[in-house]
Amino acid sequence: MTGDNAIEVRGLRNQFGDHVVHDDLDLDLRRGEILGVVGGSGTGKSVLLRSIVGLNQTRHGDIRVLGQNIGSLTSAEREALERRWGVMFQDGALFSSLTVRENVEVPLRAVRDLSDSDRIGLAELKVAMAGLPPNANDKYPSELSGGMRKRAGLARALALDPEILFLDEPTAGLDPIGADAFDRLIVELRDALNLSVFLVTHDLDTLHTCCDRIAVLAEKKVLATGTMSEMLAIDHPWVHEYFHGPRARAAMTPDHEDA
Amino acid sequence: MLRFASRPRGTTLTTPATIRNPEDATLDQTQDGDLLRLGGALLVWTLPQLPRDLPTRIGLGDLDRMDTAGAWYLARARQAGTQLEGLSDSHARLIETVAQSVAPPERGAIPDARWHNILERTGKRVVGALGYFHELAEFLGRFLAAWLRALRHPSEFRLTSLVYHCQETGLRAVPIVFVMSFLIGVVLAFQGAAQLRQFGAEVFVVDLIAIAVLRELGILLTAIIVAGRTASALTASIGSMKMREEIDAMRTLGMDPDMVLILPRVLALLVTLPILGLLADLAGLTGGALMSWIVLDISPSMFLTRLGEVDVSHAIAGLVKAPVFAVIIGVIGCHAGMQVGRDAESLGRMTSSAVVNAIFAVIIADAIFSIVFSEMGI
Ligand SMILES: Nc1ncnc2c1ncn2[C@@H]1O[C@H](COP(=O)(O)OP(=O)(O)OP(=O)(O)O)[C@@H](O)[C@H]1O
Ligand SMILES: [Mg+2]
Repeated sequence: MTGDNAIEVRGLRNQFGDHVVHDDLDLDLRRGEILGVVGGSGTGKSVLLRSIVGLNQTRHGDIRVLGQNIGSLTSAEREALERRWGVMFQDGALFSSLTVRENVEVPLRAVRDLSDSDRIGLAELKVAMAGLPPNANDKYPSELSGGMRKRAGLARALALDPEILFLDEPTAGLDPIGADAFDRLIVELRDALNLSVFLVTHDLDTLHTCCDRIAVLAEKKVLATGTMSEMLAIDHPWVHEYFHGPRARAAMTPDHEDA
Repeated sequence: MLRFASRPRGTTLTTPATIRNPEDATLDQTQDGDLLRLGGALLVWTLPQLPRDLPTRIGLGDLDRMDTAGAWYLARARQAGTQLEGLSDSHARLIETVAQSVAPPERGAIPDARWHNILERTGKRVVGALGYFHELAEFLGRFLAAWLRALRHPSEFRLTSLVYHCQETGLRAVPIVFVMSFLIGVVLAFQGAAQLRQFGAEVFVVDLIAIAVLRELGILLTAIIVAGRTASALTASIGSMKMREEIDAMRTLGMDPDMVLILPRVLALLVTLPILGLLADLAGLTGGALMSWIVLDISPSMFLTRLGEVDVSHAIAGLVKAPVFAVIIGVIGCHAGMQVGRDAESLGRMTSSAVVNAIFAVIIADAIFSIVFSEMGI
């Protein structure tokens, strides 16, 4: 068991029918780091996330989360592990019949003996920390904008102060200012809580501002991992196009550079 | 060089992987005069162990883990005047982060007058019900306006759509309407025979069946079945389009939802419900005739002769109601579909309320028809 990896994936294979999504995929998420996972649409980023949290039955391979093999957990162990991670799905996946605050209260109900007022207070705290105004607490998901739903999803993922946070495209569909605030929030939370963050994104600005390392998914595996400067040096056509395209250049405006 | 490479870290995990289940984390508390010393893990899991009333001083020197829930407790304690001692830098930073998000305790006192609430709710319900009739009237108007427009500009009318909906609401309902009416005829004959035989008036069973089926039951039960089948289908189809903003997309593409969605659906009902009603009448009479033959020995030809003496106005009084029922069902179904919001739950809620409202409205309309017809002596 390696102490400094929060997640270890080895030789993962995923397929739907005869459509192979991942083949012999390896990936590490170190403790306390923010790992950006990038790749073209349909390369299986969401599927990888779902496999790690055990929502997809995988064909082959080992997935260890916090030192425990996902495939061979008893239901009690699994429950304990689930309390140590938080997942924010691509489109929020909020419970539509509950208000935002009640959504955040759902995971908190697992804490025995927590008084109602504490539970409500903590839920409202998480909603505020995710950057939603107080009047969002009593709104239903259908009354929120797309960006607000994402923040509510984040608040729910953070409810139990997890050690690992899975985020599926958290900034997609947010305005640039909102996206920027979201990026800073994630870094702030990581610094304050020493979170390990598995961050699926297409947003080059997010990659620049948040991520310690980047993993590129292509050709059914993790093609490369490394820091942004290491990514810039890779000459695989897709990776090169991704990190040297016009958008990438725009994201690397001078204020991003140290020099 | 890019700036993201290294950044200051906050707390380091002092106890990695040793605590397998966060639920088993422990918090040590020792009371030392007015100082409460906390040690171990101050997490959401250990929060319930903390004392309800805040101590005047809290010592945090031995604390090795803290999460936002713990920080929240300490931030509020500090707000209430408790002194926090021995706070490490990283924990202090976490408390600062949390303190920024702690909502100021506003929330004005809620007036606690229970029957004020009851009155308010009743008022809202009444206004809501009146508003509902208003909206239904508006929908009826939209349907009629669309119809007029279709008459003036026949090219805008979607004939294919009308035919499709006639098939859906009409043709596909034929088996169930037929079987149900047939059985109603059978039941009427059977029950009627049992009663009328006591007076030796068996032959009047024909009148009983004819009047009951033609005037009331045939069309009413058909309308109820169609309300169940079609009102729900209308709400579901329009509602799911509404939910995915397809109707808004339609408007921006210059298509009028009234013309495209509502007109063909309601018109299809208007065409098919009288036909279904007629079919129900025939099926009911057939069932009645068959049963009369079996239990009362009234031969089919006798049944027909006797039937010829029943006033035709009964059949007309029955079928006249069909178009009215059709419009009621169509308007209620389409209106409910348009009320669907952006969540799937409202789709389910509106679908079931459309069915209930449509059936209820059909029965009320039938009662009104009965009163009006009897006043007019029909
Ligand atoms: N339940 C499923 N059944 C069949 N195929 C699936 C299923 N889920 C995902 N796939 C396939 O797996 C592939 C990867 O999907 P995935 O959702 O992981 O893409 P992604 O990388 O997250 O893309 P995006 O950036 O658009 O979110 C796709 O080709 C998709 O068609
Ligand atoms: Mg995805």
